[in-house]
Amino acid sequence: MLLLCLIFILLGLILGYAAQHLKVQGDPIVEQINALLPQTQCGQCKYPGCKPYALAIAQGEADINQCPPGGEQTISALANLLGTETKPLNAEFGTVKAPAVAFIIEQDCIGCVKCIPPCPVDAILGASKQMHTVIASECTGCELCIAPCPVDCIIMIPIANKPSQWQWSTAHD
Amino acid sequence: MTKLAHFHGGLELAAHTLSAPIIDSSLPEELIYPLLQRANSYATPTVKIGDYVLKGQIIASANSPFTTPVHAASSGIVKSIEPRIIAHPSNLADDCIVIETDGLDEALASSPCFDYQQETPENLRTKIHQAGIVGLGGAAFPTATKLTTKQDIHTLIINGAECEPYISCDASLILQKATEIVQGALILQYILQAKHCIIAVEENMPQATQALKQAINAHSIQLTPVPAIYPTGGERQLIQVLSGTKLPTKSRPAEYGFICQNVGTTYAVYQAIIQGLALTERIITVTGKGIKQPQNIRTRIGTPIKHLITQSGGYSKDVQRLIMGGSMMGIALNSDEIAVTKASNCILAMTSDELENKPVEMPCIRCGDCATVCPEELLPQQLYWYGRSEQLEQCQDYQLFSCIECGCCDVACPSHIPLVQQFRAAKGAIIIKEKQVEQANLAKARFQNQQQRRAREEQEQLAKAEKRKATIEKMKAASLAKKKPL
Repeated sequence: MLLLCLIFILLGLILGYAAQHLKVQGDPIVEQINALLPQTQCGQCKYPGCKPYALAIAQGEADINQCPPGGEQTISALANLLGTETKPLNAEFGTVKAPAVAFIIEQDCIGCVKCIPPCPVDAILGASKQMHTVIASECTGCELCIAPCPVDCIIMIPIANKPSQWQWSTAHD
Repeated sequence: MTKLAHFHGGLELAAHTLSAPIIDSSLPEELIYPLLQRANSYATPTVKIGDYVLKGQIIASANSPFTTPVHAASSGIVKSIEPRIIAHPSNLADDCIVIETDGLDEALASSPCFDYQQETPENLRTKIHQAGIVGLGGAAFPTATKLTTKQDIHTLIINGAECEPYISCDASLILQKATEIVQGALILQYILQAKHCIIAVEENMPQATQALKQAINAHSIQLTPVPAIYPTGGERQLIQVLSGTKLPTKSRPAEYGFICQNVGTTYAVYQAIIQGLALTERIITVTGKGIKQPQNIRTRIGTPIKHLITQSGGYSKDVQRLIMGGSMMGIALNSDEIAVTKASNCILAMTSDELENKPVEMPCIRCGDCATVCPEELLPQQLYWYGRSEQLEQCQDYQLFSCIECGCCDVACPSHIPLVQQFRAAKGAIIIKEKQVEQANLAKARFQNQQQRRAREEQEQLAKAEKRKATIEKMKAASLAKKKPL
């Protein structure tokens, strides 16, 4: 009896220690969902970034079909992770577009810096009354810089299909 | 003679050899040089539109170990730098330097060297790089980079076993330039300080073997005829045949003390070192039933294919498809305006009866014939199933990236499944996915950095406001205290 009590006390202590020191930081499912999202940080899902959207999915507030840049691929990956049915992209949040990057028409730019704060990945380079430019390799194509521009000098350029980027696909003969 | 080993699988294919001598191509009106070199490495143009260039002049410079300088193959004026369709499986256009030739064919003065042993291997390597030499067997890997290795190289292998049916440019080169090839091999051996040097030729090329035997004479080079089983000409397969060592997957021959060089490359090295000439021409096989006079042509790199076909009597009536490279590993081209690159070893014009009426694809019956012929000892049918169901991780577990795309499984498959096509697509899907993940991670990191920075800035501003408030309070209190005594 005494031995049993001792064992229980010991186990209790171990569990208590584990609860304190081996606590899982944050919600692991949120991280897993976030890893499947395209990280464009475009806000088309109506959440301020990919992580908040991941959080909303994990809490059951948002559906899995609200991410236009991810498209069908992301939806099926999310459905796979969460064990739900796949569904078509909700057109309310936008449609799938060809990948593109923002480009500033430099002769039209007035250097107002209004496009710089909206950029979620700091891909726009520029200072007040200086010409701005987009670092194409960092741009996620979120289009958040287009609306704030007072002179409409930012356009989206589809990423050119160059041989160096091309890959085989089954459709090709 | 040493006993030869065998590699797994392979196929005995009917050879279509050409016995006609090499002819020299006439000068085309235009020479076209794509800036794209390998995968996604570009050379940088060093000439402007309207510049006059000489034969052997560098027109684009290398900026990574995976690129080499590009040289003009004749004199003329740089007409434009514009997108043209290039010799690439995508059949897409990319930036090219276009030279309009002036017919004078004026060349830069060359600097011949009579005794290469007076120079350090390092110097010779630089010369090879400056001459723009890449592997002429088809892979176009920069030769100087391949010769730069920290490992001890014990064996240099000169690869004269072109095993693809139809291609005979290497065999014809050996017949004509055996002495120069042996000289080139000695230079390479000197650069690498390799103990042994083996020249491997196919068994069914007795004339070439004879020519080389005479050229080798007293030099300590071993000449080994190897069985003509496709793909013996593959680097890893050839090493296995000659040494019995099967290189582990993902390892490079240099790690095991071997370096392989094609005979064409060896000849180019001879020209670069002894004659001081840059790589501006190569031998190319123009063949297939779709060509009236199949032949081997020595041509300037940059020559449009159309020009070579006209010199070979033009197309025959029922030509169906144009292929660059051999029938097994070549790429289909949809235009004959495309220019010859350093990697082009063969132009194949096939007729409908040569292509056979391609049988319809049938379901896989799991017969395992593909695994029997695979020279890399992979399981093609397993890769096929995983690729088809997009289980890309499993594909990688089954060593998809070890596939050399030789096409043996395609030939062996009784259901006529285009397996290699499937493997290329699966490789493409994996590469695209990896790129997407990389980009997503970059964006995520930058977004997180921005958020942290903004939070920090906000905190700093709050702190500043607090400080200001405190100072104002203090001043107020002070002024109040001053007022009180009055």
